[in-house]
Amino acid sequence: MTRDDAPRSGVATDGGPEGEPAEVPDQRRDEESATAGLTTAPLDGDEDTAEGGRADGERAAGAAVPGSFAGTRAPGVGGALSWVARELLGWGRWFWRQLTSMRVALLLLLLLALASIPGSLIPQERSDVTVAADFRQRNPGLSEFYDRFQLFDVYSSIWFSAIYILLFISLIGCIVPRTWQFIGQLRGRPPRAPRRLDRMPAYTTWRTTAPPEEVLAAARQRLRRRRFRTDVADTPGREGQVAAEKGYLREAGNLLFHVALIVMLVAFAAGQLYHSEGGKLVVQGSGFTNALPQYDDFSSGQLYDVDELERFGFTLDEFHYAYSRDSVDIGTPTEFRADVTYWTDDGTEESSSIEVNEPLRVGDAKVRLLGHGYAPVVTVTDAEGNTAFSGPVPFLPQDNGFTSTGVIKVSDYVGPDGEHDQLGFQGFFNPTYNIDEVRGPHSTFPEPDYPVLTLNAFHGDLGISSGIPQNVYQLDTEDMEQLTDESGDLFRFDLLPGESVELPEGRGTLTFEEFENWATFQIATREGTSWALYGSMAAIAGLVGSLFLQRRRVWVRARTEADGLTVVEMASLGRTESARIPEELAALAADLQPDAPMERPAERDGAADASNEAPEGDDAEGDDAERDASGTDATGTDATEDDDAGAAPDAPDARKPDSPPAEGAR
Amino acid sequence: MMLAADQGLADTSNLLVYTAMAVYALAFLAYVAEWVFGGRSRVARTAASLDTGDQDTDAATPAVTVRKNGATSVLERPRVVTRSTGPGRPETLDGPGAAGGDERGDTYGRIAVALTSLAFLMHLGGVVTRAIAVERGPWGNMYEFSTAFSMVVTGAFLTLLLLRRNVRWLGLVLVGTVLLDLGLATTVLYTETQQLVPALDSIWMWIHVPLAIFCGGLLYLGAIGSVLFLLKDRHEAKLAAGATPGRLSSSVLGRLPSSVSLDRFSYRINAAVFPLWTFTIVAGAIWAENAWGRYWDWDPKETWAFITWVAYAGYLHARATAGWKGRKAAYLAVIGFICFLINYYGVNIFFDSLHSYGGV
Ligand code: HEM
Repeated sequence: MTRDDAPRSGVATDGGPEGEPAEVPDQRRDEESATAGLTTAPLDGDEDTAEGGRADGERAAGAAVPGSFAGTRAPGVGGALSWVARELLGWGRWFWRQLTSMRVALLLLLLLALASIPGSLIPQERSDVTVAADFRQRNPGLSEFYDRFQLFDVYSSIWFSAIYILLFISLIGCIVPRTWQFIGQLRGRPPRAPRRLDRMPAYTTWRTTAPPEEVLAAARQRLRRRRFRTDVADTPGREGQVAAEKGYLREAGNLLFHVALIVMLVAFAAGQLYHSEGGKLVVQGSGFTNALPQYDDFSSGQLYDVDELERFGFTLDEFHYAYSRDSVDIGTPTEFRADVTYWTDDGTEESSSIEVNEPLRVGDAKVRLLGHGYAPVVTVTDAEGNTAFSGPVPFLPQDNGFTSTGVIKVSDYVGPDGEHDQLGFQGFFNPTYNIDEVRGPHSTFPEPDYPVLTLNAFHGDLGISSGIPQNVYQLDTEDMEQLTDESGDLFRFDLLPGESVELPEGRGTLTFEEFENWATFQIATREGTSWALYGSMAAIAGLVGSLFLQRRRVWVRARTEADGLTVVEMASLGRTESARIPEELAALAADLQPDAPMERPAERDGAADASNEAPEGDDAEGDDAERDASGTDATGTDATEDDDAGAAPDAPDARKPDSPPAEGAR
Repeated sequence: MMLAADQGLADTSNLLVYTAMAVYALAFLAYVAEWVFGGRSRVARTAASLDTGDQDTDAATPAVTVRKNGATSVLERPRVVTRSTGPGRPETLDGPGAAGGDERGDTYGRIAVALTSLAFLMHLGGVVTRAIAVERGPWGNMYEFSTAFSMVVTGAFLTLLLLRRNVRWLGLVLVGTVLLDLGLATTVLYTETQQLVPALDSIWMWIHVPLAIFCGGLLYLGAIGSVLFLLKDRHEAKLAAGATPGRLSSSVLGRLPSSVSLDRFSYRINAAVFPLWTFTIVAGAIWAENAWGRYWDWDPKETWAFITWVAYAGYLHARATAGWKGRKAAYLAVIGFICFLINYYGVNIFFDSLHSYGGV
């Protein structure tokens, strides 16, 4: 703690009854040491002053270069080099002090909040590629500007990273020294009582017939029972005293909170770098094996090794779903459940079900249920009557009624002229079919009350052999010709399950056999998730300690007066201004009454301006205070106390710290 | 069919909410009367409130009064170091409250509190019947969220009064905004009863969402405290500088607690809510982990919850930072609450504009 910051200097100089001028600096130092170390918070400005003072001292030795940290520059190369080294060191130290100051930490914190805002307004590529792409198309000029500042990917942009990395460097630079300081405080003793206890924020005194030693022993015992750390000091020439301190957990909680923030950040970073995430559509009755080629889409963190994919697989046995038919809630899903059988590396097979909020966990991987839909099972025969295609084809739902679109590609097919040809069908599957002028064929309800498959047909080149990867849900009709019926109209048909249709010109048949359910799953692994959880729990625990506990000191002093009576003085001091601290002192004084009963004096003691009325507290009150001191009520208003009170060493705003020399130069 | 019974209960719920609004409106008028009569009293006009201040300081901190027989000296000392946040300004005592010592004003104040309590019970009934009607927690849409939110606000206010905290001065603003909130809820935001989609059918729905509402309600009290602190602080600074503030502001601000008390009031609430808010966000992340596979995805809701959290962390930090305590910290607290509002109302609107690309 720096010395030149008297917390209550204003009070100290206003002169007590025996305020001889010579005593004032002494008195101040005395009170400072009583206050010192109640917190480990860095003192803004003060450190600058201390450093400035040091530099001043050095400069006095010779003619310094103005505005430098390095002081005198000796002639010659050696002198210049050492000057530069000192200068760099000085700047480095200055910069580090700035970075780890409370003020800069606060600014970085606010900057972080500000920097998070654009990402919530501008579509982010990481969360929704299509929306972002759409935005780009509509606003090309603006997008160029956005791109320059990485505004489509704010949360991994250089500037956003810079802010939080600086903040966390600042945090580490803050925690480490504070931790050492705190350990020092834990190993030290509660500081001595200041000479004048009546200057402390809470004070009481009374006279008793009990001898000083007994009073002090009893006080110490009471304080210990209240779980204060106590220290007895018998300085020769001074009266006996007990110094006590409590509430170290506040500081511990604060440090724990800040350390936990670092744990969370590291866990978050690990999650970004080591994760895998992929999607897979599985039709009821078929399965999935966790290997890269099996995924419909897959992404992973920079450092993730795809060979590490958890070895397992599963079969979708049955998919259950239901939708509300209530008039108000119509179409709202009420149930999703995928019954699966999964196998693991060691050959075991097990049944399980996956629900929306209940993923399946296999090793490190989690399998989540994302969505579902229908896959019409279709059989196509060619002109020669051979089966050219047979199987379920997933159609993708487009709206809340599950109007689903899809395509059927028949690549291996022989046409009526005996030539090799290809067929493509595209259209709708509507679980509850309806048709109107505006929307055409569509579905009005997600469940299959009236399932109809509506398709158009094309023949020609599907473009599959072109080598360009194709979307299985889209038909590229560029090299295809749409089939027409006898009258020359476009060929288009509606089928119910079990029905089939003759394709025109003797091109074969298409049968809509039935339909299956499909479900989409996300298979993901992510490192550090549990650490993020532990970190956040520790952070909350630390916060509770930091915000709800009081760090405070109590001193008791007893001495024998000329009249033979013992004068007991008690005072307490908190890190913060709290109504509970004087209450606690009052309760302590009341506690002491059996051992140091108050002696009502005949006249007032002139020196002490406090009333000499004894604290005749009863036990009920003591209990009260104890509860107050530890409890927090539901509304939380009892929770914490003012933080900006005079007890904080960094409090006085009127203080003008000396500028560091470097600042003066600019 | 179930529907009929549900609908009947839902109608009862709506009726209760409307009745509560009517009673809140009466309470509002009574608070107005309290302030008006309080303004007539001599005490309020002297504004400095030194003559009544003593008793009211004690009333503001009843715990201290309890100790009176214990040790008078103890009670005397702390005042020496209770300093205003403004540098070098003489300490101001708490104002006498809205009634300003006027007897009729006080009567109206008591009537207002009684009416508020009655309205609160109806409000509570409305929320509970709604919950029974929909067979789930009553926080599934904006309407339900808003009604629950203002219920927490009044509930917290009445709890503080029950704990004998000196907070009646909050009544007018508080009931006024509760009325506004309910008005918006029943007109613009009203939604018929609804079942929830399976994604919302989770234990976290019972933890994360009500906690968020609870935190929001309390933070609102803190925010009122901070705004009033800013006004009162300026008023005190003016007085200290020897200027004479306008009569109305003297009358109103003079009756409020001192800037130090207001600041402490909002700090205690904000500090107590902060760990709870942290837990709310963590609970949301756990839920997201289960439902979407990512505990944090920077979607706008998450982002604004984070911004709110950082703003309040900044506020707490500011109070330990030289040059930031007092007014600047209070501004941060107000900004923090605005972020909270943006999260709950703004984000939903922005979502729409994102999809329609309007004006972003
Ligand atoms: C990641 C960013 C940070 C967050 C979210 C954060 C949050 C908080 C919160 C909420 C408190 C309030 C606890 C209380 O009032 O007792 C606090 C206190 C504190 N923080 Fe931070 N902090 C951060 C970074 C830092 C940094 C970089 C420093 C170092 C300069 C720092 C130093 C402190 C100190 C000294 C206190 C205790 C103040 C006191 O004793 O009242 N924090 N922090």
